[in-house]
This record gives sequence, C-alpha cells and structure tokens, in this order.
Amino acid sequence: MSDRPCLHWLPPRPDDWRTRLKALSERGASAESWTEAIGLANHDLDFTATNALAGVVGRVFTAEALPFVESRPERLAVLSSSTTSHLLPGLVVGALRRGIRLTAQENDYGLYRESLTEDGGWLADFRPTSVLFALDTRHLARGATDCRTRADAEALIDRTLVGLRALWARARDRFAAKVLQQTPIPCLPRLMGSNEHRNPASAAALVARMNVRIREIADEDGVDLVALDDRVARDGLSAWYDVAFWLKAKQEIALPAAPMFGDLVARILAARQGRSAKCLVLDLDNTLWGGVVGDEGPLGVALGEGSALGEAFLSVQAYARDLRRRGVVLAVCSKNDEEIARSVFRENPDMVLKESDISCFVANWTDKATNLREIARRLNLGIDSLVFLDDNPFERGLVRRELPMVFVPELPAAPEGYVAALADSGCFEATTLTEEDLARVEYYRADRPSLDIPIEATDLEGHLADLQMVLTWGHIDEKTLARTTQLINKTNQFNLTTRRHGEEEVRALAVDPHSLCLWFRLADRYGDHGLIAVVIARKSPSEAEVFEVDTWLMSCRVLGRRVEQAVLEVLVAAVRAKGGRVLHGIYRRTAKNDMVHDLYGRLGFETVAEEPGEIRSRLGLSEFDTFSPPIVVREVVG
Amino acid sequence: MIPEETIHDALAEIFADVFLRDDIPISNELSARDVKGWDSFKQIEIIMATEERFAVKLTSAELDGLRNLGDLVRIVAERGRI
Repeated sequence: MSDRPCLHWLPPRPDDWRTRLKALSERGASAESWTEAIGLANHDLDFTATNALAGVVGRVFTAEALPFVESRPERLAVLSSSTTSHLLPGLVVGALRRGIRLTAQENDYGLYRESLTEDGGWLADFRPTSVLFALDTRHLARGATDCRTRADAEALIDRTLVGLRALWARARDRFAAKVLQQTPIPCLPRLMGSNEHRNPASAAALVARMNVRIREIADEDGVDLVALDDRVARDGLSAWYDVAFWLKAKQEIALPAAPMFGDLVARILAARQGRSAKCLVLDLDNTLWGGVVGDEGPLGVALGEGSALGEAFLSVQAYARDLRRRGVVLAVCSKNDEEIARSVFRENPDMVLKESDISCFVANWTDKATNLREIARRLNLGIDSLVFLDDNPFERGLVRRELPMVFVPELPAAPEGYVAALADSGCFEATTLTEEDLARVEYYRADRPSLDIPIEATDLEGHLADLQMVLTWGHIDEKTLARTTQLINKTNQFNLTTRRHGEEEVRALAVDPHSLCLWFRLADRYGDHGLIAVVIARKSPSEAEVFEVDTWLMSCRVLGRRVEQAVLEVLVAAVRAKGGRVLHGIYRRTAKNDMVHDLYGRLGFETVAEEPGEIRSRLGLSEFDTFSPPIVVREVVG
Repeated sequence: MIPEETIHDALAEIFADVFLRDDIPISNELSARDVKGWDSFKQIEIIMATEERFAVKLTSAELDGLRNLGDLVRIVAERGRI
C-alpha cells in the first residue's frame, strides 16, 4: 500500500486496454503493431500494467533491428548492489513511450563490480549502449557510522566517489556506453535531527553530502544523473521506498514506483538521442488566462495578481516564458479571431507572455490538428517535437488521435495544476544546456532586450536603485474598477481603514469631483507586480481645504521598497491640484493591520488624536518635504 | 471483515493482470507451485497489488509467513478496507 508516484500527465488506462494488449500479443512485429504498443504505453500505467506491456513487447518485437523504428535501439545494463529485476519493465515501457526499443539486463545479485571487470561475461555479450549505476543508499553509505570526525566522513566520500568514477570510466571505455548514475535516496534514519550534518557518524548526513558532491563530479565526467533524491522530495519517501519489501526482497525502489523510475531514465536516453520536444504550443482561453476573451474582453479575462485564479494563469505564462529562455520555442494555437486573440497580448497589462515571445501565432477556426501541422511547417520543426497544451479534453483527444506523435499532456481541471503536468512529464528533458538551445532562442526571438542583468547590489538603497522600479498610477475608471474593487475587498494587512467598498460605491466616488480615487501598479526589472495599491481621498464636508484619506491599501508583495513614500507624493500632488492644503489620515485598528499603525507617523504626519482603536493624524501640505525614493513615477491618463 | 468472496473476485482480476490469463482458479489453497511463472517477483507484484486494492500493509513477519493465497486473504479480510 502506497501512494504510487502517478504519471499524472498521461491519460488514465482506458477500459479496453487489456483487450488491446491481448490483441497486440497475438500480432507480429510491424509498423502498425509498434504504433499500437506506443499508444498502449502512453497512459498512466501502474506496475501491473507496465509489467504486462513490457512482457508482450518483449515477445512481439524480438529482433534487434526493427526496420520501422527510426530511433536507435537501446541496450541498457543496470548495475546494482541490490534487486532491480522489478525495475526493468518500467524502463522498457518508458522508452517505448518515446518510440525507443529498449532491452535491459542486470547483474547477478550484488556482482556489479565483477560484471564490469571480468573478462567476457554477460556484459560483453550484451554490448550495452547505456549503463545505469543503480547503487542503493546503504551500499554507498557503507562505513559511514564508523567515522569519528567530519574529515573522516569527507575522506570516506572521496574514496567512494573515486571508486565510482573508476567504474564510470570502465563502462565508457569498454563499451563506448553512455553512463547514467542514480542519486541515492534519503531513506536512512537520522540520529540527531534537523542538524544531522553535525554528526560525523551519520549515514543520513553522509548521503545528503554525497548527493551534492556526486553532481559536481558527474558534470566533470559527462555522466547523466537520474535524480531520485529530487523525485523523492516531490513524491514523498513512502511513495518510493517500502521498508518491508527492502527487508523481504532487497528492493530499494518499491515496485509501485517502478513505472516512474523507468520514465525518468527513459527520458534521459531520449534526450541523448535528440528526441525531447522543442516547441510548446499553447491554447489561449482557459489555458493562458481564465475565461473566453471573445466574451470577457481583453481586460475581463482572469489573469494577474489579486485573485488565486488569475495568479494560477500567471504561473502558467511564467513557466512558458522560462522554458522559452531555456530554448523551448513557443507557439499559439487557438480557436479565436486572430485580432481578438492578440488583443489580450496587446492590451492586458498583466500578460507575462508578449507577442514577441510567440514564434508562431495561429488563431482561427480550423481544427487544431491541421493548425499544428501548419505550425510545425512554418517553424521548420518535426511535428513530433511539438507539445500541445490545451485545457479542453475535446481538443486533446482530437490531437492525440490525429497526431499521436505530438505529446499532449493530460491536464487537471484546475489551472494551478498545469505547470506540474508539464514539468513532471519530462517532455522537454535536457541533459545539458547547449549553444544550440540558446541559439534557438536567438533565432526565434523578435526584438526583445535582454533582462538578464546581474545583481550587484549590496546595500538596501543600492538594491532598491538597481530594481529599476516604475510606479504607474491613474484615476480609477471603468477599465480599472473591477480590479481595484477586488483589491479593496481582499486586502487586510496593509490597509489603514479596512473600509470595504462595493463596485457601485467606488464608481460613484470615482466620478465625484470632491474625491480622488487612485490606483497604482509597480514593475521592476524582475517583472510586473500588477495592481499593488489603491488610495481614495475625499474632501472634508466640514473643513475647507482639507482632504481625508478614506482608504489606503497596498499589496504586501511590495513592502520595504519605499513605495508608500512614492504613493504619498502622488497623493499630495493630486490633493494640491484639487486645492487642498491639509491631509487627514486615519488608522483604524483591526485584527490584521497592525503593521501600518505608525505609517502616518513614519511619513511625517503629526498625531492629533489617539484612541485604542483609532489614530488620527494630520499633514500640512505646505510643510511636506518630498522623500525622493528611487522609483520612477508615471501617470497613465485614461 | 471483508467477505472472502469479495477478496477472491479482486484477486481474480489481479491474477488476470499479472499473468495475462483469466483461467486461474482462485482458491485459498492456491500457491506458487500451481501457477506457471509465479516466481518471487510475481509474488511481490501480487502482494503489492492486493495491498493497494485493499489499502492494507503487510508486516515483515506476515511477508515471511505467506504459504498460500488463503494466508493473504485472511490478512485482507481482517485489516483491509474496500
């Protein structure tokens, strides 16, 4: 019993899966049966289904060379200090998903070193193209508990790694094989606790340290890592390791994790064969933003800071942008009128992705399979190098059926899961960041200036100056009404009065000539923070030339950057423009807004009345001195 | 207690998946000697599939003590969840 690591980016096994597998087992090796085998592999298979499929594939596709398979066959030797037989089917199926025929063999129990050094032997007969070192954690950490000092422990790691490098070199020199090394999983108990690393005799600490060192030497030796420690951190140790089966059968990786293990290894082999995808094709409505732009308009779609849903879509865009910087080409494939589709990119200030990031923009009413073919043609990329991201199960199903060579990740209903579906799928797996990857970005880039400026700031002021902050502001109008009202009603901490105004009230205040309703956005060199502040000030009904700050709230994301000083300067200028000479500020205490109880004091207001729940302050505008924070302020006129 | 019949039905499905055969007669007396290909790896596959199906975890002592399918059925009947 365990929560097995699911291949959640693949669709679930259909009802007729077992029937199809049986049918496959009765067919001969042919291009059609190979395609069918790949189709069966591309589901979220548990270990039983994985074992069954690998068994059938082994019986149907017996020949070493299969004329209908364009990829290079892989002969993978798994060298291990413990049991690995249960992992081999997952390797076969993981490779099959990527169109690779893989056969795997393992050493007799424990004899991995002998396998490499003996003359002849099974390895020589097998002629591996790749060798995976799957040494278990206890084996790599042997001797750790005898260490007396940290120097002992470092020396032990040194010796273990020297031995490992000799084995890597042997595998490479003897067979011209690619070498893969699995990182040890953190399955050993702690003796001290969180500060385990201070105990020189801790095997758990030694393994953690080894996982750092192994990365350094793997880079030097051109060895690819299978980062099980990282995957375990995501799935949880209990998903990967079952102590009862370690004791019973010396299976360090539990059987339920075998399909994921196989997929992790196979994607590295595929990447080494140049079979990773190169282009991410994005749907728009409900994939890059919430809602339908044709209905909601470019500013009405759910996107941006201020709502969890809007931020979920922001994170999808940010992930796509980061993939692009790493060398993945971006394209758009949307059922929309092109002008309407592009209007969001042009008019919605919350868009992370810009038109210039999109190397091929296709928005029309043609079916998406046809459009994907067109995108591949225009970009001069193989259609099997496309990944298609679409929230709509109909479109996903259509493309999977029409273009089985296009990877279409299965997406959960909620957009916050889209990034994990893409990231966990490994469709863009890369073992190195090559010149070619970066050149691809250059080749497809439009005219976008580089944002990669190294941080050199050390002091806070210098840091703030380096942030290149730009505060834009304007008067609330119909375009900004919905978002500002939303912020007014959800901000709790940096909120001086916590007065909740509905949309109608804000609209009325916005058109009232005796009121000032201001919104503020902040951007810096790292990106756009979106709407970050709202200020409403009203002319006092009783005192001449006096304005009262009815509402002042700010997003906590931008604290500690002197933004409040810049906001006050904007407010003072606006009040002056309306003939005001005095500003009254009120702090009304709530359970959550203590952080701003002295804001007015810090900004130079004098306290005129203090009660337990309320502090009233006053600022004469003739005495107001500007703060000159390192922020460029720009007004946006409706 | 989960009825024995329910467990037998589930085991029939698991055996069909594991051995790609649906003609294996499930009974409490069935053991590795009776089914071709039932080796130690299939054994673990059967146990883990059963563990997942009934949300139960066998202890190391129970793993050591399994002689036939009936031993597994009794543990599932006692501690399993449907």
